[in-house]
Amino acid sequence: MAKQSSKEIFSLGVWSDNPVFRQLIGICSALAVTNSLTNSLIMGLGLTFVTALSSFTISAIRQFTPKHIRMMVQVLIIAAYVIIVDIFLKAYYPEFSKTLGAYVGLIITNCIIMGRAEAFAQKNKPWPSFLDGIANGIGYSAVLLFIAFFRELMGFGTLFGFQILGDWWTSWTIMIMPPSAFFLLAIVIWITHNIQHRNEKSEVAKS
Amino acid sequence: MIELNPMVIFIAAIFTNNMILSNFLGMCSFVAVSKEINTSLGLGQAVTFVLAGTSIINYLVYHYILVPFNLEFLRFIIFIISIAAFVQLIEMIMEKYIPNLYYALGIFLPLITVNCAILGVSLFMIIREYSFLQSFAFAVGSGIGWTMAIVALAGIRQRLKRATVPKGLEGPGITLIVTGLMAMAFIGFSGIVQIQ
Repeated sequence: MAKQSSKEIFSLGVWSDNPVFRQLIGICSALAVTNSLTNSLIMGLGLTFVTALSSFTISAIRQFTPKHIRMMVQVLIIAAYVIIVDIFLKAYYPEFSKTLGAYVGLIITNCIIMGRAEAFAQKNKPWPSFLDGIANGIGYSAVLLFIAFFRELMGFGTLFGFQILGDWWTSWTIMIMPPSAFFLLAIVIWITHNIQHRNEKSEVAKS
Repeated sequence: MIELNPMVIFIAAIFTNNMILSNFLGMCSFVAVSKEINTSLGLGQAVTFVLAGTSIINYLVYHYILVPFNLEFLRFIIFIISIAAFVQLIEMIMEKYIPNLYYALGIFLPLITVNCAILGVSLFMIIREYSFLQSFAFAVGSGIGWTMAIVALAGIRQRLKRATVPKGLEGPGITLIVTGLMAMAFIGFSGIVQIQ
């Protein structure tokens, strides 16, 4: 892979190669926590932290890891960072730790982290891998927050727990139930695919 | 925690607390594999099998090794290792003794290690403080529920091939919408039993 500048890494991870709507990975947790903005923010931060640091570590020791056990090594590194996040949440934000429940642990099996480790950290130096992890984490968080914004606003009439819409608003119970997450993610994919499709077309027309 | 009959948990895990449609676990392979009924049935069987096995192992390891030594915080690492080891072991045993089943499920087994549903079930049974029988019922029920959802989706997707779908929605987009509709249908079951 050619050497990429940090700016390119960011634009790839956040937009043109966004893990959620381009590569369609890591959506398990993306859907589950998006019924409130606060949860999504914490989940996004946790995932960004784990992806960035595990990419960094995996890339730092990539020359010393035997090829056939590298998956196991990667999983263990990821699990170690997830444990840090879990303990941190339990110690400082016990109420969030309770609402997120098993989903913090499920960061381990989030395909984004494994995907980045395999696709990027395995072939690049530690520092770019770190940036790549952050960029993908931001891309993931952005989608999460976008979906959560609509679900919380329409489901509860609140944002980050503060009442935004007045009494006249009838809460849509469907928005806090599972189906709306599927629909909203589908809509996000639809919109972004269309935009990216159009950009590609205009680029072809220019050249 | 109220003592629930394992049978109740079993039914609830299939219908009202379906792994995919209400907990969103195992979505990755759900979207990728659900193109044909046969392959998704194979994957579903493999998932159910591994779920049943790992729930027993993880339950025993957690309650008889981790808890007595106050090592609960290590559970993520231990669970993921035991799942990976179990999958490896099953692969070797099946290859040797039941080659037919091995070739039928073979390619799906390695995929399962990174299936969130497996780790999810193990974590849920710890958080909800299930007893041994309850955990087992929960695991098998979740597996069956997962299989049911993925086979149903594969059936719908085979029909979708002939439909005209808006350009941007093709592939993953329309799959998610179909899943959303299925999830809505499953809400109808929520009156039967309810586990948190």
